[in-house]
Amino acid sequence: MATPGKATKFAIVGGGLAGLAAAMKLAEAGHAVDLFSVVPVKRSHSVCAQGGINGAVNTKGEGDSPFKHFDDTVYGGDFLANQPPVKAMCEMAPSIIYLFDRMGVPFSRTSEGLLDFRRFGGTLHHRTAFAGASTGQQLLYALDEQVRRYEASGKVRKFEHWEMMSLILDDAQVCRGIVAMDKSYQQGARYANGEFIQVHPTSIPGEDKLRLMSESARGEGGRVWVPKAKNDKRAPSSIPESERWYFLEEKYPAYGNLVPRDIATREIFQVCLDGFGVYGENQVYLDVSHIDAATLDRKLGAILEIYEMFVGDDPRHVPMRIFPGVHYSMGGLWVDFDQRTNIPGLLAAGECDYSIHGANRLGANSLVSCVYGGFVAAPAAIEYAKNVERNGADGSRVYDAELKRQTELNEHLKKQSGKENQYVIHEEMGKWMTDNVTVVRYNDRLKSTDEKLLELMDRFSRISINDSNMWATHALPHARQLWNMLQLARVITLGALNRDESRGAHYKPDFPNRDDERFMKTTIAEFSEEGPIFSWEQVDVSLIEPRKRDYSKGKQAAKTAGAAGGAAENSPTKDGAAQVPASGWDQKPRDLSGATVWDQNKEQVRDVNHGEAETRREQGKSITDAGGKSDEV
Amino acid sequence: MSTHTNGNAKTNRMPPTHVEIRVRRRERRDAAPYWEEFRIPYRPNLNIISALMEIRKNPVTKDGRATTPPVWDMNCLEQVCGICTMVINGKVRQSCSALVDQLEQPITLEPMSKFPNVRDLVVDRSEMFEHLKRVKAWIEIDGTHDLGAGPRMTQDEVAERYTYSRCMTCGCCLEACPQYGDGNYIGPQAIAQVRLMNMHPSGKMTRDERLEGIMGDDGITACGNAQNCVRVCPMSIPLTKAIYEENRETLVHGLFGWLKR
Repeated sequence: MATPGKATKFAIVGGGLAGLAAAMKLAEAGHAVDLFSVVPVKRSHSVCAQGGINGAVNTKGEGDSPFKHFDDTVYGGDFLANQPPVKAMCEMAPSIIYLFDRMGVPFSRTSEGLLDFRRFGGTLHHRTAFAGASTGQQLLYALDEQVRRYEASGKVRKFEHWEMMSLILDDAQVCRGIVAMDKSYQQGARYANGEFIQVHPTSIPGEDKLRLMSESARGEGGRVWVPKAKNDKRAPSSIPESERWYFLEEKYPAYGNLVPRDIATREIFQVCLDGFGVYGENQVYLDVSHIDAATLDRKLGAILEIYEMFVGDDPRHVPMRIFPGVHYSMGGLWVDFDQRTNIPGLLAAGECDYSIHGANRLGANSLVSCVYGGFVAAPAAIEYAKNVERNGADGSRVYDAELKRQTELNEHLKKQSGKENQYVIHEEMGKWMTDNVTVVRYNDRLKSTDEKLLELMDRFSRISINDSNMWATHALPHARQLWNMLQLARVITLGALNRDESRGAHYKPDFPNRDDERFMKTTIAEFSEEGPIFSWEQVDVSLIEPRKRDYSKGKQAAKTAGAAGGAAENSPTKDGAAQVPASGWDQKPRDLSGATVWDQNKEQVRDVNHGEAETRREQGKSITDAGGKSDEV
Repeated sequence: MSTHTNGNAKTNRMPPTHVEIRVRRRERRDAAPYWEEFRIPYRPNLNIISALMEIRKNPVTKDGRATTPPVWDMNCLEQVCGICTMVINGKVRQSCSALVDQLEQPITLEPMSKFPNVRDLVVDRSEMFEHLKRVKAWIEIDGTHDLGAGPRMTQDEVAERYTYSRCMTCGCCLEACPQYGDGNYIGPQAIAQVRLMNMHPSGKMTRDERLEGIMGDDGITACGNAQNCVRVCPMSIPLTKAIYEENRETLVHGLFGWLKR
């Protein structure tokens, strides 16, 4: 048994926001961390997040509160998320923003020198703190710096360019370690709500990737429109105001261009399908040219430069042409309210878990959910390690066996010869998934997609690695990732097939309504050699009563559900109520300290199983890359 | 953001039917480098990454010989992670933002020369991260527990720090610097991070420790004022200004720092 108070060693897989957040907390508590990452952690994908990070600090005199943030998140997610962790995240959010502020993130400021906040989708409040338009980069760097500080003092060891191949499970399926080189799903971890994939409404079409045009462009006043006349050949500047169709503003007067992403995406899709796309193509205008250039440079500089660099037009003067692009996975590894997966000793946090965003994520909630997840996972892992039996003599046998299994898998792939090329299979998978399993879903097409995936899996057995030089090769790791992607693609496709309703990002024209009776449930997929096995789990809606989403008008006030004492404490001030001033000159939020959360978690830890603690983050998301993934927050 | 004009191209000519690419390859660290030429069908809007992806789908050289797929690093694909940096037609830059339509053919791709060449176009830039440790490029926070908001700052102060905080540790400045290499000089990137941290109200409190990190023989005085760094920086970071400011700070610290002891 680990001695309480003594340093324990933890392995973290992934050096994005969640992984670094957990590493920092573990090292700060005096423990040793081995951090595994496929890229140097400063180059992790979190850098691509642009628009900002949400936290109801309420410095704008709008009567915002963590409870309103909580309600917006649950409502935006179409009541699929378990509510308690969402509430906990929204309560921690202001203190997370302040911590990053103290770590030196150059958040944009107001004239009083306070943090500035902007609007994002799915809320009527200014709740998003931002550092120019490269917030993810800035937050990641701040954590990278703090973790480097612990690395310099020997608490953290980094293993960069290492990829996790598998978990080491003992005979009782307890996680004892990892084989570094992801695929915990295939080793028994439950995968939840895989079918919920966010397609971002505004991305820049590209050859290699759909680059994101941040929602912050609309948060700062950007407007989406198309010419009223189909196939209008005029340049946008010569189309008068009266001949422009601002379709989002027209259909959703309360939220306008800032409806949640799933809705904006479907509307843009439909407008193009109906033949109103700009120049008859699949594109609409996202227009910020009416905003003065100095403001644009200060608030949106980084993203406008990306557009300029890859498209060649200056969005300060010419409306951008955009179209929806695959963006984020709401689903992920099943975790409990302490970020623990069903495999004892294995915790998950970040985009790889399913816990916060329900059926649709709100913009600027991902950065906060990553950090929150890391901050919850760290103490939960410590608690776990305290109570766990060490794996004595049995240990090395378990490690050796898994290493041998993984080495054999690699050898098998290396020896494999055939005419198939893995990159071609990857491209076909991406195309099928993008065409059939994104914005609009039909059961017949989902079925044929699954058949296609089975065909691709069969062809996978005839790929050649094409690279006999195993030093620093990318071919072998890619092949192994591709196999995992194919497995996950089936989870997504079949999960979508099973869910005969429309909820959040999952939309079936044949089943256009949300069906709470049958489907207000978490989809759970478990691996078997014959294909995923599906089951359902009740959603915890104990705090806010589910209600119909309608963004054409302001939300009805949330009705807190019965037994929820916590909800009542934080009950919202009424919309439009008088300003609640910040509680002090230093903007200190009330009772939202990280330390509290730490203690809470100690209290919350339930019976603990056996095994060595491992915190990890998996990259099962890579399926979305295939269709060209865009990034934000 | 980009100081690469991407615009030295002849845009009026007819689009070519093919793209010719020469890649400087190396099997492993100590192996001899060699060139291979590839020819892929032209498509509009290709960047170097998509061209390399095309090659790996069918790894055959221009003269029809099967070869191994070239190895390169990529991640964000929008010039914000820095990983895909290489030397393209003689200029160090990110390959994701290098557009084929704006490059002279044949396009030559080489690994950066100032860092150990791991394989093909991949280099090992870990020394840059070691330099960040040496200059203590972080804010010494008391802890991650909730202590309320950070210090107030004007937007102007934040804006100046923001320019430095966009450094993605890509190494372009070091590749272009005539002084950098063989451990002679810590280089502009680390100095600019000293500037970033030393400007912060909390960072100022441990300023001297950072200054000492850039005061040795291989420190800031090794700068030869070629000013190449600022010209190649893809994030337009005012590196020469950072060097100027930190030079002044180290000078003052060198002259009067002992008085504080």
